Amino acid sequence: MTAGIDLGQPQAQSVRSDEDVVRVRQLVRAVAVASKLSLVDQTKVVTAASELARNTLVYGGGGSVEVTVVDNGRRKGVQIVFADSGPGIADLDLAMTDGYTSGGGLGLGLSGSRRLVDEFQIETSAETGTRITVTKWSR
Amino acid sequence: MERVPILKIGDILLVSIQLDMSDQTAVQLQEDLAERIVATGCHGVIIDITALDIVDSFVGRMLSTIASISKVLDAETVVVGMRPAVAITLVELGLSLNGIRTALNVERGMELIAAAHADELDYQLDDDLDAETATP
Repeated sequence: MTAGIDLGQPQAQSVRSDEDVVRVRQLVRAVAVASKLSLVDQTKVVTAASELARNTLVYGGGGSVEVTVVDNGRRKGVQIVFADSGPGIADLDLAMTDGYTSGGGLGLGLSGSRRLVDEFQIETSAETGTRITVTKWSR
Repeated sequence: MERVPILKIGDILLVSIQLDMSDQTAVQLQEDLAERIVATGCHGVIIDITALDIVDSFVGRMLSTIASISKVLDAETVVVGMRPAVAITLVELGLSLNGIRTALNVERGMELIAAAHADELDYQLDDDLDAETATP
């Protein structure tokens, strides 16, 4: 599955079903291993990706995920972009609060995954949907 | 959709999760386990997550729900084999796994269940004795 992936290129995965969320996890894991992240950091970034990909599916009505190996000159890392054209997040501060959920979840997806990565950026609007970019750097 | 097999060993149901579960598979496991607990009358459930690379909030919630359901059905649930990296990530994510008993491996999980069941039997026995002494 991981063989044949050209890690110099961004890897895309559409998110339309439960099974796609599993594929996102596997893709992120492959890229995290290739970026030489430690086992704990791999686990953290894959967990964050799982949460955010599920959000893309459940709240964004589906979308796409792009995974890229990044290099800032000193360290390698994994960057993941989650994009959907859903209704956007009306109250971002509230959505980022631990325990708050507009669905039936635990309310840890956004707030929890932000803790698991090094960089977390979110753009959201009712017109263009939601776009979340996260980065995890090797140590 | 794939399904997670449930094995019966004596008075215990053993679930060893060996695949990267989709959310649907996780929900199905919850339902399958509830049915098997009632069908077999087992008093213990061991969920082995040694093979799981990650436990996210969905799977974490599934584990909590299974523990609650089995409690209502008179069975004790023990989650065994959590990897260190998974434990670190779970805590940072903010999941507390409320109401879940854990053990390092299947063997210790079985001991925990046996002990919990023995306690319960003692308790019932005490009740019976009390009832006898209360009768004139």
